[in-house]
Amino acid sequence: MDNLFQRSLEDLIKGFRLQLLGDSSFISRALEEIRREIKATDLSTKSTALHKLSYLAAIHGVDMSWAAFHALEVVSSSRFHHKRIGYQAITQSFHDQTSVLLLITNQLRKDLNSVNEYEVSLALECLSRIGTRDLARDLSPEVFTLLGSSKSFVRKKATGVVLRVFDKYPDAVKVCFKRLVENLETSDPQILSAVVGVFCELASKDPTSCLPLAPEFFKILVDSRNNWVLIKLLKIFSKLASVEPRLGRKVAEPICEHMKRTVAKSLVFECVRTVVSSLSDHEAAVKLAVAKIREFLVEDDPNLKYLGLHALSIAAPKHLWAVLENKEAVVKALSDEDPNVKLEALHLLMAMVTEDNVSEISRILMNYALKSDPLFCNEIIISVLSVCSRNAYEIIVDFDWYVSLLGEMARIPHCQRGEEIEHQLIDIGMRVRDARPQLVRVSWALLIDPALLGNMFLHPILSAASWVSGEYVEFAKNPYELVEALVQPRTDLLPPYIRAIYIHSVFKVLVFCLRSYFSAQESSSGSSSTVYESILNLVNVIEIGVWPLSGAYDVEVQERAKNVLGFIGMAKQDIAKKVNLQDNEAEACRVTAFMEDAFSEELGPISANAREKVCVPDGLELEENLGDLEEICGKFLKPVESDSVSCTDKITFSVSNLRIRDQQEASSSTSLPPKESSSLLAEHRKRHGMYYLTSEKNDPDSNGTPNDYPPANDLASEILLDPLDPKRKAKHRKSRPVVVKLDEGGESRITTSQAKTKQESVTDDESLSRDIQSALLVNKKGKEREKCEGNSNLVVQEEETSRIEKPQNSEKKKKKKKNGERTSGKHRSRRRSEVASSSEQVEIPDLLL
Amino acid sequence: MSFDPMDRLMSLCVPSLNLRMHRSLIDSLEIQSCYLLSEHSCLASGFGSIHFVLLVSRQGKVRLTKWYSPYTQKERSKVIRELSGVILNRGPKLCNFVEWRGYKVVYKRYASLYFCMCIDAEDNELEVLEIIHHYVEILDRYFGSVCELDLIFNFHKAYYILDELLIAGEIQESSKKTVARIISAQDEMVEAAKEEAGSISYIIAQAS
Repeated sequence: MDNLFQRSLEDLIKGFRLQLLGDSSFISRALEEIRREIKATDLSTKSTALHKLSYLAAIHGVDMSWAAFHALEVVSSSRFHHKRIGYQAITQSFHDQTSVLLLITNQLRKDLNSVNEYEVSLALECLSRIGTRDLARDLSPEVFTLLGSSKSFVRKKATGVVLRVFDKYPDAVKVCFKRLVENLETSDPQILSAVVGVFCELASKDPTSCLPLAPEFFKILVDSRNNWVLIKLLKIFSKLASVEPRLGRKVAEPICEHMKRTVAKSLVFECVRTVVSSLSDHEAAVKLAVAKIREFLVEDDPNLKYLGLHALSIAAPKHLWAVLENKEAVVKALSDEDPNVKLEALHLLMAMVTEDNVSEISRILMNYALKSDPLFCNEIIISVLSVCSRNAYEIIVDFDWYVSLLGEMARIPHCQRGEEIEHQLIDIGMRVRDARPQLVRVSWALLIDPALLGNMFLHPILSAASWVSGEYVEFAKNPYELVEALVQPRTDLLPPYIRAIYIHSVFKVLVFCLRSYFSAQESSSGSSSTVYESILNLVNVIEIGVWPLSGAYDVEVQERAKNVLGFIGMAKQDIAKKVNLQDNEAEACRVTAFMEDAFSEELGPISANAREKVCVPDGLELEENLGDLEEICGKFLKPVESDSVSCTDKITFSVSNLRIRDQQEASSSTSLPPKESSSLLAEHRKRHGMYYLTSEKNDPDSNGTPNDYPPANDLASEILLDPLDPKRKAKHRKSRPVVVKLDEGGESRITTSQAKTKQESVTDDESLSRDIQSALLVNKKGKEREKCEGNSNLVVQEEETSRIEKPQNSEKKKKKKKNGERTSGKHRSRRRSEVASSSEQVEIPDLLL
Repeated sequence: MSFDPMDRLMSLCVPSLNLRMHRSLIDSLEIQSCYLLSEHSCLASGFGSIHFVLLVSRQGKVRLTKWYSPYTQKERSKVIRELSGVILNRGPKLCNFVEWRGYKVVYKRYASLYFCMCIDAEDNELEVLEIIHHYVEILDRYFGSVCELDLIFNFHKAYYILDELLIAGEIQESSKKTVARIISAQDEMVEAAKEEAGSISYIIAQAS
């Protein structure tokens, strides 16, 4: 009598909409009720409770794994109504780790054998969702029987389940595959499409194993007018064509037929996708596909527009002309309101970039970046940056332009890609000698731009700009302005680590100016007072600007400021003296000369795997555990520790570290008397030469380290523009400056390891594909003769067509054919080893089409 | 501040009234022609390899979920939260596809309900849109100009219909008529069983 007072699912839903308790407390009360009811012995009470529970789980995300056993009880009811509720709960909540899963096998078997087709369908649906290896193994005979059922309702569902069974239990292929293939010839459209669907998935997992069925698929492709089946078939063929190129020629024609004939956009799109992805060698087909893409692009429907762009991006790598033809539509799509469309258009536009049009496209994109939303704006910036910097700035000819573009990017209000721009500014500075003057100009413009200082995303750019203006100060037109920009009061908006770089740049500029002042004095004894004035002015500006920082909280900033001030203090007297005494032996003169030397050493780019190339010297034990040593001689080692750290400390060759080290050298040397510092530095270089960048000054292999990071100018003579391309030279007003590029030797190793993993993953699927292949062989036996006849007809036809074609092509074709034969030969040998069968079976793949 | 239960009910009913004014979920969108306007009036079954189906109302309430790939309960709620955030915020004139975690989610709005299906990146988006439309048409036929309320109160029936349409994430039945026939046959079986269970003789047999 319980169920008279039990709340039904409908009551629960209504109650939920009326309740004032709040969702969670209502759910917990309902759950309490369900927990009580589900324990009832009466199955209808139990099933109603379960029904309510699965509602709560589906809609409100309540956990229902605790009711797994109750679901099993409900399923075992003889009533369809209860069974349905039970199976629904099971499909919803069971997973591979559910403990009661073991108990369901017999129930499923019973229902699969039921006379009631709806009960069978419930069991099949359940199996399709929860099937494990054990279930698949135990129930594959039942599924096999159902595949031959006379009721098409059951047969089609059984076909749908087969894939899960194959996936979990590959041995089932031996049993079921024959029936599956037989179903390919059925007249029932529903079953046919179910079977084609299964093969579609099988082909996407392992195309080679489905290759022998190609004639059957081809027949359906030609005959069928059912779009759903055709879409699946196209997917199958695009997979098969990737392993058997000869197929492409055969299917291109019917695919074009479908493309011309159908009005169904989904089928057209599938045809287009198949052609551009798998049949890209077939001119006529590709042309037709591109024409269809253009139709998509001009439609108002955003879906078609998106898919058209998507298809273009698939075609882009092999048929760039298709993209270029639709350039206008692509550019127009950039201002579409749909972010997906915009993104796709952006990718396409980037695919079009060559060295001839890079400036034009970048110009267009920058205009879009200025007016679009932050997300898309940054997407534009990052893709321009990555395309232009690809392969050591391969496509950039005019670096002055590119550097200005980087400066422009920094001024786009939404720009958040400071770090990438920072990296490129420094990278170009090191790699491209000719770009340095422009780089310094742009940097100066960036430094004086007040907008940048306020935007924390752009601070990295400022750090790069300040470094560049210090490092390449010799290209600056007006060092005085540079210094003014570097010591402007608003720099206190910057984080300390960037301010430190600023101060260091000031130091570099100062050294440069003093040096040129002194050397000018040396050469021409008659010093003009205006030069003296200006140098004094410069020193004063620096002093005023840096002075407040000598009390900064950040030690780095403070120390560097003090270094600069100390240097100024020393130099100032000499500057004044100089005017009067003309003393060549002045201390400041020597110090600046030395500092200039230290700074003028050029920094070059470093190969990504430079460290790996440093070979380990003989007798150096790297693997040995030195833990015991510490215990034994800890006392003795302690005083030396600071030294040993510097020895073992691996310096990673990154730009930032180089910069810091450079600065450290400078700061340490200024604090010491000049003579001592220079000797120390020389000693350091002697000892740790391998960590220094080599330059012309010191011999490359002094310490037996391979010279794999040459400075910028070293490679200059080696890398030249291709002299055989006069056109290119004529086109550009100025030839492309030299870009230092280092060989990345590590790449080949990476690819081989990738290949290895690929192979491993292939072996996972191996068992399934092997099973399918052997099943196919057995299957074919009977039909062998008729197939042979049909196929040989096809072959004859094919040969005729090839004969008609021009002789130039025929040679190419032959080559292709040979290739194809070779691949099929491989199959043959594989088969032979696996199945010791008669020789006529072996011929199948050759007679394919 | 006092709550009048009637107020609340009315306010909850408003969207459904709206729906009734639309007459059906389908009406408003029938005009947007199908991508699969084929020579064959009925769709055939295929292999959608759909990972899950979601029905979410415009207010972000979940109306139906069906998972064809294994997800834990936690993942499920996360997916729902993420996706409804993305999809409900998209404007009306944008395309019906969303790229999401390397998959594609195809969605379509019918009146106040969003129907979403998740597929692999290389699957045919237009085909899935067609499946969604197909499902809505079947629902419409079954309930007689379906509205959101129908799906709320007959949540299980929407499930059963979906089960007839898709199996293991593939579309299995394309004929609307066939689905309708199968569902009504099953309904009849259930009704017959219920009548039997409700009869006095059965109750007496149970009690004794």
